[in-house]
Amino acid sequence: MTTPPPPQLPGNLKSNPRLGQWLRVDPQGFVELSPGKVEIGQGILTALTQIAADEFDVAPERIRLKPATTAASPNEGVTSGSLSIQDSGSAIRHACAQARGLFLASAAERLGVDASQLTVEDGAIRGPGNVATSYWELAESVDINLDATPGIKAKAPAARKIAGASAARLDLPEKVFGQRRFIHDTLYEGVLHGRVVRPPSPGAKLLSLDETAARNIDGIAAIVRDGSFVGVVADSELAAVRARDALAKSATWSEGLELPDFHNLANWLKSRPLESKVVAEKKTAVSAVPARAIRREFTRPYTAHASVGTSCAVAQWQGDKLNVWTHCQGIYNLRADLALVFGMSESDIVVEHREGAGCYGHNGADDVGLDASLLARAAPGRQVRVAWSREEELGWGPFSPAMAIAVEADLDDAGDILQWRFDLWSNGHATRPGRGDSPTLLSGYYLEKPFPMLPGGNMPLATGGGADRNAVPAYAFASQRITNHRLLEMPIRTSALRSLGAFANVFAIESMMDIIATEKGEDPVAFRLRHLEDARARAVVEAAARRANWGKQKREDGVGYGIGYAKYKNLGAWCAVVAEVECGRDIRVRKLTIAVDVGEVINPDGVVNQIEGGAIQATSHALKEAVTFDRERITSDTWETYPILKFSEAPAVEVEIINRPGERALGAGEGAHGPTVAAIANAIADAMGVRVYDLPLTPDRVIAAVNAA
Amino acid sequence: MSDTIQLTVNGGSRSINCDPSSPLLYVLREQCGLTGTHFGCGLNQCGACFVLVDGQPLASCDTPMWSVAGKSVVTVEGLGSPGKPHPLQTALIEEQALQCGYCISGIQISAAALLEKNPDPTDKDVREALDGNLCRCGAHNRIVRAVRRAAEAMREGAKA
Repeated sequence: MTTPPPPQLPGNLKSNPRLGQWLRVDPQGFVELSPGKVEIGQGILTALTQIAADEFDVAPERIRLKPATTAASPNEGVTSGSLSIQDSGSAIRHACAQARGLFLASAAERLGVDASQLTVEDGAIRGPGNVATSYWELAESVDINLDATPGIKAKAPAARKIAGASAARLDLPEKVFGQRRFIHDTLYEGVLHGRVVRPPSPGAKLLSLDETAARNIDGIAAIVRDGSFVGVVADSELAAVRARDALAKSATWSEGLELPDFHNLANWLKSRPLESKVVAEKKTAVSAVPARAIRREFTRPYTAHASVGTSCAVAQWQGDKLNVWTHCQGIYNLRADLALVFGMSESDIVVEHREGAGCYGHNGADDVGLDASLLARAAPGRQVRVAWSREEELGWGPFSPAMAIAVEADLDDAGDILQWRFDLWSNGHATRPGRGDSPTLLSGYYLEKPFPMLPGGNMPLATGGGADRNAVPAYAFASQRITNHRLLEMPIRTSALRSLGAFANVFAIESMMDIIATEKGEDPVAFRLRHLEDARARAVVEAAARRANWGKQKREDGVGYGIGYAKYKNLGAWCAVVAEVECGRDIRVRKLTIAVDVGEVINPDGVVNQIEGGAIQATSHALKEAVTFDRERITSDTWETYPILKFSEAPAVEVEIINRPGERALGAGEGAHGPTVAAIANAIADAMGVRVYDLPLTPDRVIAAVNAA
Repeated sequence: MSDTIQLTVNGGSRSINCDPSSPLLYVLREQCGLTGTHFGCGLNQCGACFVLVDGQPLASCDTPMWSVAGKSVVTVEGLGSPGKPHPLQTALIEEQALQCGYCISGIQISAAALLEKNPDPTDKDVREALDGNLCRCGAHNRIVRAVRRAAEAMREGAKA
């Protein structure tokens, strides 16, 4: 017999064990909760509040959330990867359970009864014979500034009353009434406004600049130039915008980097210097011999975050100390890169979070933090606010990398899969700040002493991967080999965008599954189920198919149905999507029917909102989006040249949650992306009898496929 | 280049000293302290900065001050407040209709203008009325439901 491993602290308590860092009980009758995870429009603060309220036995209204700051908050890394519920939620649950125990022990001592006889309701502690006290009375005498102990038992799922039920988002009313909740608005009055002049193309160097026209604009406080970084600081936002435009007009630049060939991205990707790595391999001896091989190639373009709000930050220098207010996903990571740029100690920088517009990955939020810090040096002691233009947001934030994928399957004479080979070519999906020796903030590449723009890497597959995220199929194939070819040059800056490589990989895998099923004459759902061993995977596929009335839908001309399935990162949520698509002059996704298993559900409506939003955003990526460029510059830097899905184009979405109380709670933010694009591609093939292999799935490409057939 | 421009903002008359070519957006935010109206693109392509000008939704990023002299401007703050919410605001919260919420001020403006003209819009009517507003989070369907819910509440209110 082996002894069970000793219990461990859950989630981010491992790296931030001090309980007092997570919560503080105030004698005035409230609890201050300090998550290191941040609100990016996904509703995480509400879900974490639910968990804390439940476990600590206080009403949610008593919980006050402290904005994450490097001055005090636990370091929870980056708010990304659909990990907040897992890593922060589990830490908060444990911290609250242990703190509750500490308060009960203190109450027991004071009241002279056994702690097991005490109950807590909304902070009021009661025991036999009407003895009573409260958290608030005990707040000053109970010390929770101690390290968490492993093995604390949290409440059983059935005993939870708040977590598990839909709760209204705490941040919504202020946003609906136009009150000051966004960083764009909270720090607005009394600040100076900064703007940056961007080069015409990536890598271009400033040759000359005439400041005369800009200096003539009323309200100019400073013009800042450091190498090819040029910016302006002004008393008003409009003056800053006008001065920036005047400076831009006067500037001359060298040519920049040569950009890829937009019209032949697959060839371009494959012909770069590459680092090739087999990321997964399996060989099982089988008696059947391959009768034939089938090979297909897929591509996706570079895509943009395209947040409706532009990136914004405020910075202030006080002597040698720097304060930055930011809506980035990782305050400690940004602090690390700012310290590298300015050659200063991290302890002299405080980075504090404020909410921004929707964030779907590593966008310009970190970059604008450096912009504001560089410009604020020209106005010591003053807060300087910088907000990017639309052209900066769509043209200069990191993009999701273009990808090429080749899938080859050896089939036996019955058409079944014997071996599966999957090769992908892509830039790295991770150039986030705070992870290397060299900063990855945009303006750092343009300073007098520039930092090198190093090609992005990928996280290891064991923690979710990057380009290879979900490249390993969920299906039971006898043999398979998955190879990731990472580009070692990066003329177009790339990083993490919602679901990373999973979007293209699931599109390719699920398209291929349909191609093989169709050739065999087998129903795509039945074919998948035959290759899925995981019961929870089967359950979502079956639920989505059942709810969409799969196989029994009325057939209409030009209308098709398709299914897509993936378990996000092969570690997270299980999700299956059935798409109903109408192909006419436009490609119209009429409806998406989704089944999802995120383990134990904390906030059902929050899960539906995330899955539905993810599916609609994925529809936009699937049908419309591509960053365009010529050999010198990005040309898709307005909404006209980078269109996204409109209200009249959004599909109806139905979400069925398969709740698993007691199972580990998983994130919902990214699970729908891959399955949605796959389902749409398969539905188009079902409708038209031809298949599109390149994203986005446009009417032109469908027509070209029909003509080629 | 400065001039004084008279207009009505959220029901109150204002005299604004500004360059007449200044976009209304910056005047609302910087001089009137009304930061609920958001910058999105500066090119009238996204709807984030919509305000009502004499009842019509207009992109304030692209509307020079001289063109609103003597007119009535309503921003999201003028639609309602926590104490006296517009039915749209009540419905948006009831439907939990947003994710990040950055676009929602401008969407309320388009929706308010629609409901003024059409008290009983279909799903399609609402979507068409909101096509000038971009939402990136994918909250479209919830927002459409909220607008129709507000329409119903307003019709009920009118009957009562």
